Amino acid sequence: MPDVLVLIEHADDTVAKASLELLTLARRIGTPVAIAVGGPSPSVVEKLGGYGASTILSTDDESVSSSVTAGVVGLLASLISSREVAAALLPSTAEGKEIAGRLAVRLDAGVLTDAVDVTSSGGEIVVEQSVFGGSTVVHAAATRGVPVITVRSNSVTPEESPATPSVETVSVADDGGRHAAVTSRSPVSAGGRPGLTEASVVVAGGRGVGAAEKFALIEELADVLSGAVGASRAATDAGWYPHAAQVGQTGVTVAPQLYIACGISGAIQHRAGMQTAKTIVAINKDAEAPIFELADFGVVGDLHAVVPQLIAEVRERKG
Amino acid sequence: MKIVVCVKQVPDTWSEKRLDPADQTLDRAAADGVIDELDTYAVEEALKLKESLGDATVVVLAMGPAGAAESLRKALSMGADEAVHIVDDALHGSDALATSLVLAKAIEQIGYDLVLLGSESTDARMGVMAAMLAERLGVPQATLASGVAVDGTSLRVTRMTSAAQEEVAATLPAVVSVLEKINEPRYPSFKGIMAAKSKPTSTLSLADLGIDASSVGLAAAATKVLDSTARPPRGERTIIKDDGDAGARIADFLASRKLL
Ligand SMILES: Cc1cc2nc3c(=O)[nH]c(=O)nc-3n(C[C@H](O)[C@H](O)[C@H](O)COP(=O)(O)OP(=O)(O)OC[C@H]3O[C@@H](n4cnc5c(N)ncnc54)[C@H](O)[C@@H]3O)c2cc1C
Ligand SMILES: Nc1ncnc2c1ncn2[C@@H]1O[C@H](COP(=O)(O)O)[C@@H](O)[C@H]1O
Repeated sequence: MPDVLVLIEHADDTVAKASLELLTLARRIGTPVAIAVGGPSPSVVEKLGGYGASTILSTDDESVSSSVTAGVVGLLASLISSREVAAALLPSTAEGKEIAGRLAVRLDAGVLTDAVDVTSSGGEIVVEQSVFGGSTVVHAAATRGVPVITVRSNSVTPEESPATPSVETVSVADDGGRHAAVTSRSPVSAGGRPGLTEASVVVAGGRGVGAAEKFALIEELADVLSGAVGASRAATDAGWYPHAAQVGQTGVTVAPQLYIACGISGAIQHRAGMQTAKTIVAINKDAEAPIFELADFGVVGDLHAVVPQLIAEVRERKG
Repeated sequence: MKIVVCVKQVPDTWSEKRLDPADQTLDRAAADGVIDELDTYAVEEALKLKESLGDATVVVLAMGPAGAAESLRKALSMGADEAVHIVDDALHGSDALATSLVLAKAIEQIGYDLVLLGSESTDARMGVMAAMLAERLGVPQATLASGVAVDGTSLRVTRMTSAAQEEVAATLPAVVSVLEKINEPRYPSFKGIMAAKSKPTSTLSLADLGIDASSVGLAAAATKVLDSTARPPRGERTIIKDDGDAGARIADFLASRKLL
């Protein structure tokens, strides 16, 4: 079986759940080869093996880790030209898409973004995408080159498939290109909660929350449901919650099992980031708010009354 | 200093978008075309940079059918100096790879120190164009900018991703894509709208760019849509008015869906 290159997101001792999803999809269409930029720790190696990585290619190369995406592009391009590769799978994050775009240009290969499923049918690799805000489902394929595919997180359930991976260090030649350099970086802390794109429950607050300190209520509901906290642009612009939590067109796209929108009107740019959630609950005091068009269950009411009661109910039922 | 801003004409945000059943391309006739909202932030940023630099030219660039001229006119009435419209029947059905080829060729022909784009279009939502252009042009890229500062030779950008906030530095020329956090786009003034009518606008064909028609369009696309289906509408909706027990009713609903 040809290799399927999988770009892994890992930090210290943890592997992103999205990476395990990619490995799960990769196994369906070939032999998963995990690319871990920066030496992976023993527990990362073990985790990747547990989800079927047959080979882990790691690199310590400065040029790969310091520039914005370019080094990884060079690495993937050289691997694709030296091995038999069926596809490259990357996360549908901003970085993942940029790497994919550059790689597709460099290889003159088809790029498919935001896949929600990847299958092999009659030797052709086919992706499923959910477009136009989830109103249309398309199947698409590359017609040229090694397909470069970015996959949305939460699209499949990670499945274990123990393997004992060989770990090889690969090095990358400087591509001689001019690249932007990151001069400082402040990582966003999720406050011990699951990552927004990984979480199976997202509780989001909008302008209706009313104040920065009132977001404690949104956090508390997220915590009792083991979920992540999201926010509308109105809330991030007001400085009530960090931009990293912004759900929508210019923020994060999430597709959790459950999305609870509190005090969010449901503007099209917000919907663009959450309307493929499996179940949507909305709490808004305006019965005309467009968010209700999407809601499986909607409450016309004041979130400051409804949310505390919901928190208490969930606590009680969970015992 | 020359700043090229890529603007895309897209179906109006609230309109129903659909694929043309005949060839699985976006049915542009089914919806009104407008300038991609996020691209107006890129235009605004170019105008602000021009104001702070004093000496700069802002060229807006669109590839698209005849109607895309409207989007260019909007950008000119905001204050851009020149417009370039790439229009050619052979472009119909072009994928991201072909679009980036055509835009890059045009940008090289126009000449540039900085290229500004929206970080993601509202119709394709691929978010790949900035990276693809940087790759083709062989220049640095900085995406998801919430702040941009330039002097004659270098660029500093504040990037906001879901993982981190970053400061990024690069030399010019460079490609930058913007977030809506970056500014508040101005409305065209009456004076701006009048002035736009006499600003230089040129139209380029594939031949003008030295691109072979067989390397773009639907037939040359590196990806193909195999089929498309409308997703069935969401199931039953329940909307209640809070009578003091809404928290409990939500919990009941969650339990009924096995979410509790
Ligand atoms: C280029 C561009 C990109 C954008 N990208 C994004 C994006 O990525 N994400 C995003 O979210 N937005 C985005 N927006 C902004 C978007 O258009 C909306 O302005 C924004 O989503 C509104 O946020 P909101 O729903 O919190 O606020 P509002 O629209 O003001 O709605 C607040 C809601 O709260 C309700 N409410 C008030 N008080 C209470 C209460 N006590 N209890 C219950 N309900 C209450 C009100 O009835 C109202 O419906 C973008 C806009 C542009 C132009
Ligand atoms: N046909 C086009 N003409 C001009 N600019 C474009 C075109 N297609 C994409 N762009 C630019 O690329 C950005 C991102 O598009 P996309 O990668 O398709 O999501 C848009 O916001 C535009 O700035």
